Amino acid sequence: MIQFDAVHKRFPNGTTAVHDLTLDMAEGGVTVLVGSSGCGKTTTLRMINRMVEPTSGTIRVGGKDVTRQDAAELRRSIGYVIQQAGLFPHRTVLDNIATVPLLLGHGRRKSRARAAELLETVGLSAEAGKRYPHQLSGGQQQRVGVARALAADPPVLLMDEPFGAVDPVVRAQLQDELIRLQQELSKTIVFVTHDIDEAVRLGDRIAIFRTGGHLVQCAAPTELLARPADDFVADFLGAERGLKLLSLKTLAAVPQGPAPEGGPWALVLDAANKPLHWASGDAELPVRPLRDDDSLLSALNESIASPTGLIARVDADGVLTGVSSRDDIHHHAGQAHTEARVAA
Amino acid sequence: MTIDWSWIGDHTYDLTTLTVSHLQAALSAVLFGVLISLALAVVAHRIRPLRGFLLGISNVLFTIPSIAIFVLLLPVSGLTRTTTVIGLTVYTLVVLLRNTVEGLDSVPAKTREAAKAMGTRPLRTLLTVEFPLALPVIMAGVRIATVMSISLVSVATYIGDGGLGQLFTDGFQRNFPTPVIAGVVLTILLAVVADAALVAVQYVLTPWRRRRA
Repeated sequence: MIQFDAVHKRFPNGTTAVHDLTLDMAEGGVTVLVGSSGCGKTTTLRMINRMVEPTSGTIRVGGKDVTRQDAAELRRSIGYVIQQAGLFPHRTVLDNIATVPLLLGHGRRKSRARAAELLETVGLSAEAGKRYPHQLSGGQQQRVGVARALAADPPVLLMDEPFGAVDPVVRAQLQDELIRLQQELSKTIVFVTHDIDEAVRLGDRIAIFRTGGHLVQCAAPTELLARPADDFVADFLGAERGLKLLSLKTLAAVPQGPAPEGGPWALVLDAANKPLHWASGDAELPVRPLRDDDSLLSALNESIASPTGLIARVDADGVLTGVSSRDDIHHHAGQAHTEARVAA
Repeated sequence: MTIDWSWIGDHTYDLTTLTVSHLQAALSAVLFGVLISLALAVVAHRIRPLRGFLLGISNVLFTIPSIAIFVLLLPVSGLTRTTTVIGLTVYTLVVLLRNTVEGLDSVPAKTREAAKAMGTRPLRTLLTVEFPLALPVIMAGVRIATVMSISLVSVATYIGDGGLGQLFTDGFQRNFPTPVIAGVVLTILLAVVADAALVAVQYVLTPWRRRRA
């Protein structure tokens, strides 16, 4: 969908921001560009909608060379989300979202109706539409930013560290929301971040950049974590990259059995067979039941926290289906690793 | 100093005419000043090297004594309202130009960037994003320029115009304080009303700055 072919960007002050970049970004997938600051990831993103012009090489979106299109029209056909949302402070939330439809000449009524629809899509109330950006929280503003980018239903979405300025809890919510939206909309998304965990969480493919604008490795998260191309990538992924890989694997394949009777700690259930807590005499410890689609990483974590080394497994309704042991989880974690490294 | 109320009663028509004429002169000057400043400020804002030059010129023009400006304009536009308005306009530029440039500077780079990235062309960005966001700072200048112009109109009495200023010469020549007092009071009143009106205009034009209850 988006193709970089031998793209070079040198700024007038002589620094090379992007060095000989050849990269294909697949249609309907999330490509995350990561790297430390000054590695050229943002420049790469901004060359797609011509906010920055390449020094040499070609960039095609949907097969068409971007530099041969009218810049303003190209930008209207590509959604763009930036850090701290970059909303227009003098326009209501609704009018902010309606920006691109209005530019495309869709008319005020139609554009606002579309904007109202999108408010709901990104999880904001209709009432929020009448407010001004400064009356919203950072997380809400960021949602408006996403809605604004989606307003004209562009096939491509560029996101430049969109969740960089919000606190970790809100960021996790926004990430979940984006994953949910993407399942619905299947946009071609290019996402810039310096946060490797965010990249692993959101990316179908991750492109790691090194200072000087060199692309070091571009691969699916599992492959990247299992087989980093060199020490730079390995360092960037961090010492816990083994655990990060587990965050991408689910618990489904780990065997489960009935909760054991006897022993010092017992799993207490409510009337509907939903786990409440672990109990031993008067002592109680919380239990965090896990579902099949939870990750191996959270299973490992819970098994360490659990007084019995057992995790409580539940179905979609929260009803206990069985328990799994620390050993089984550990065994599967190791197996997942080996598989990923061999397969990659 | 006693006020001769009967003189005021006899001259309500004249006082009204002079007040309207006074206001017209001042507002025309502000209007032209705003138009010229908007155009020049865009140039000064986009082309950095011209900024100091244009602001410098507006400062220099401001230092020319007001009577001198009218005299200098006489060969061009004669003893007319045009001369009054040109003279006053020149003075408004010093505040209006500076405030308009500063207003444009105050537009967050991020917002301008967002407008561009959404596919807004430069002229539309200027009209629908930059000017509205610069408005509070521009309006602060407009208020000063308006009050200043209202007080300066009287100087144009020297070239036979001057609105309420004519009351001062009249009273002075006849050693009769009532017209002078009436002129001063009406001038102050005009300034206060005009300023309040501008505050109201700004309130209407910048809904995003109102605090919600």
